Amino acid sequence: MERVVEPSAKVMPLRRHSEWITFGVMVVVLLIAPFFIYPLFLMQALCFALFACAFNLLIGYVGLLSFGHALYFGWASYIAAQAAKVWGLPPELAILTGTAAAATLGVVAGSLAIRRQGIYFAMITLALAQMMYFVALRAKFTGGEDGIQGVPRGHLLGLVDLRSDMAMYLLVLAIFLAGILFIHRIIHSPFGEVLKAIRENEPRAISLGYKTERYKLAAFVLSATLAGAAGSTKALVVQIASLTDVNWPMSGEVVLMTLVGGLGTIFGPVVGSFVILVMQYKLAFLGEWVLVIQGVIFVACVLLFRRGIIGEIANWLRIRL
Amino acid sequence: MVDIFGIPSAALFGQLLIGLINGSFYALLSLGLAVIFGMLNIINFTHGAQYMLGALSAFLLLKYSGLGYWSALIVAPVLVGIVGVIIERMFLQWLYKLDHLYGLLLTFGLALIIEGVSRNYLGSAGLPYALPDSLRGGQNLGFMFLPNYRVWVIVASLTVCLGTWFVIERTRLGANLRAATENPMLVRAFGINVPRMITLTYGFGVALAAFAGVMAAPIYNVSPNMGSELIIVVFAVVVIGGMGSILGAIVTGFGLGIVEGLTKVFFPEASNTVIFVIMAIVLLISPAGLFGRRA
Amino acid sequence: MRKTFVLAALAAALTCGAASAQQINVKIGVLTDMSSLYKDATGPGSVMAAKMAAEDFMKTHPNFKVEVVSGDHQNKPDVGVQIANQWIDVEHVDMIADVPNSGVALAITQVAAQKNKVFMASGPAASDLTGPKCNGNMVHWTYDTWMLANATGKAVVKNGGDTWFFLTSDYAFGHALERDTAAVVEANGGKVLGKVRHPINTSDFSSFLLQAQASKAKIIGLANAGGDTINAIKQGAEFGIGSGSQKFAGLLVFASDVNALGLKTAQGLSLTETFYWDMNDATRAWTKRWQAALKTPDKWPVMNQAGVYAGTLHYLKAVAALKSAADGKAVVAEMKKEPTDDPLFGKGTVRVDGRVLHPAYLFEVKKPEESKYPGDFYKLKATIPADQAFRPLKDGNCPLVSG
Repeated sequence: MERVVEPSAKVMPLRRHSEWITFGVMVVVLLIAPFFIYPLFLMQALCFALFACAFNLLIGYVGLLSFGHALYFGWASYIAAQAAKVWGLPPELAILTGTAAAATLGVVAGSLAIRRQGIYFAMITLALAQMMYFVALRAKFTGGEDGIQGVPRGHLLGLVDLRSDMAMYLLVLAIFLAGILFIHRIIHSPFGEVLKAIRENEPRAISLGYKTERYKLAAFVLSATLAGAAGSTKALVVQIASLTDVNWPMSGEVVLMTLVGGLGTIFGPVVGSFVILVMQYKLAFLGEWVLVIQGVIFVACVLLFRRGIIGEIANWLRIRL
Repeated sequence: MVDIFGIPSAALFGQLLIGLINGSFYALLSLGLAVIFGMLNIINFTHGAQYMLGALSAFLLLKYSGLGYWSALIVAPVLVGIVGVIIERMFLQWLYKLDHLYGLLLTFGLALIIEGVSRNYLGSAGLPYALPDSLRGGQNLGFMFLPNYRVWVIVASLTVCLGTWFVIERTRLGANLRAATENPMLVRAFGINVPRMITLTYGFGVALAAFAGVMAAPIYNVSPNMGSELIIVVFAVVVIGGMGSILGAIVTGFGLGIVEGLTKVFFPEASNTVIFVIMAIVLLISPAGLFGRRA
Repeated sequence: MRKTFVLAALAAALTCGAASAQQINVKIGVLTDMSSLYKDATGPGSVMAAKMAAEDFMKTHPNFKVEVVSGDHQNKPDVGVQIANQWIDVEHVDMIADVPNSGVALAITQVAAQKNKVFMASGPAASDLTGPKCNGNMVHWTYDTWMLANATGKAVVKNGGDTWFFLTSDYAFGHALERDTAAVVEANGGKVLGKVRHPINTSDFSSFLLQAQASKAKIIGLANAGGDTINAIKQGAEFGIGSGSQKFAGLLVFASDVNALGLKTAQGLSLTETFYWDMNDATRAWTKRWQAALKTPDKWPVMNQAGVYAGTLHYLKAVAALKSAADGKAVVAEMKKEPTDDPLFGKGTVRVDGRVLHPAYLFEVKKPEESKYPGDFYKLKATIPADQAFRPLKDGNCPLVSG
């Protein structure tokens, strides 16, 4: 299968730590941001950023395009909402429960989808996502098109009242950073090297003795789990879980975010999700010209800026991001 | 009258007939997509928007130049086909060497642009387009009332589908086309203008979408959203049939119409979802769809 | 030198005097659907209606400065909540208007209660807003599912349509509409012969229409909205429904939908709206202004957009009485004290549970030959007075209603 992402130029030794430097800068920026930018917006952006990073793990590093990633994001958000509101679990357990649900769904969906390649893989993920959308529509607990509303944020570890936006923001930031670090760890591990080998040339990897199906499934489940973490957190941030989270336009949006930011880069999806969300909110007064602008961005990215924002920067500076 | 699973058989036959007719429409709509993928290896996500443009053109032709349904059936596909040619020359030709993903993303972006612009100028509720007078009314078949327009739909769809299949699979032009996609260099060496063939093929696929749009205008709501509602289903049909197989798209289109028709009788709430169940099952059993060639 | 001093003192005295007439700043946010199915029934038309209300009010109250902002909730509760919170916390919006889409509205009414601002709900249909989910910060204008079911159901049965078959959208809104209408039909001596539920955004209804025809019911009730209703009616015309022995009853149809269908296809359709642009001179004059401001001569305002205008005016009157928009609960309480009176809905009252009572009208869509000019869609079949059009207070289960 053809390579999806063009490799960045040779990494120069002095810039070896580019990723850590950028990470540090990002942490600092995110710590001071809530004093300048509305915290509720930042929290949503961070959840989507984590979702996009999870999606990017699959497409950027393994080369698998999933059309139905909203399945894990949305169902995790439903389960977490249910856990917090109806079962009365504290926030940390609610988020864990949602994430675990996403992981389970990932195992089931992944083992079915992994059997196929390329566009057929993508279509199976879409089919599964649509079927689960139908289930979400009909299941009583999801509340149909009203969704689960009024999800309580609760007290973290029984101590910290998460109704305060600042406290909730710190929790979301912590989850987001943990997610990014986890992804970084995966990519720069022997496991990650095998994944990249599979992306470059799967038959060769098989001939070297690697059981590629198992690696792909593992990557799929990891991606689904992280997407689930993002979804569960989002349910507590906005205090709503609704059908829009499991619908296929949501899957499409995460593709857009990753593409704009840069496939196969660690920070690309983060930047991409912020850009897209800012556009949706700040340009909201333009009505549906926002959709047109999104389309133009899609087209421009594919034709001219295939590496995405971060990818182009990384290529220009010849570092890894 | 005999009852089948609790439904009177007369009613069931009526539903099956409707299903068959809907299937012919699905086949027509999927045909363009299959041609484009089969010949160009481009996943044309803009197909839904181009179908919508066909219906829109029919509306605009009627409103501003008084051209009715029958003229629109010919003029609209030509107009939208020209738009398709422009798209191919401006955007798609740069993507042939890249992974399928990019073609899909680009055409998805184009679809957003086309729909957004249309929605801005024409609203979202829809535009009026009535049945042509010559096709009003219907036949009382005893077990159901069959509108004349639906008879026209199945006749036209079958003709166009079989005609296209014949041209591509059985004529010299089609053979040249198929050869060009497998080995463009060699075919060019024979003096055939391959890039022009590819452009015209894309235009033809788009024209097919627009033709389906004009057929839909009198019975489905003409609105900028009409394409995005159907595009996923059309995709599923093409994938199940096997991407690149014309016959696969036609057969699956009809098959889906019938299955959906039956679902509407026995489990109507699931009628939008049944196609995805079938898609998942087919893909898991047969890697490249029913008639497809392995990638 | 002395003259300048006197003049300056005079000027200072005058400006002090003007300042003590107390400038009141109000910010209104129109949260609507700008990009999908409700765009024509609300969208930019709603925003313009709010702006017109602000203009008209400021003319008679020069010490008011009313600003209107707008946002697109895209039919997503998340986006709606995000915009609402940001408006209230950061941009100091005092009142949120419109919000078509009941799911989003239910979320916004919570936000309004939490932050003590006002939610002027002229867009959503959920009757729960004045039922179990009611609160002291919300006023529900224009319509709700109970009113639609009752008005259309009762009136159609009385007009002879006593056997019904339902075509229902398979989600909570559709089910509620079907359930309420079925109850009304049966309570008035009619019979429900059958029903079928279809997924939302269905393109092809022929299979369902066949089932409806087979039932031989006189009336096919459309418990759905938007594109589904339009497609059902359009395809019904193919099967001869509407011009023969079977007719459609649209349970949620806006004038913009009728415009989309065209009279040839929609003729004979029964529906209920609380506003029609061609009702009287006042509504006609307002419509001309609205069309001119939006530069859309071939679109006509729909009841939701009229509701934004009327509701905004009434809200501003209440703010004027209190001289401040800061306390949402107080403003809503004031809105409930005064009767409503505007050129679009006439006279009405705001009830304890937030429900605005105004008359409802049963219309039938005219045949093409009966229509004398563009926009001449409806003939009036019945008027339901305000005190009968909406659900009785005691049946609502609203916590604000004692006893």
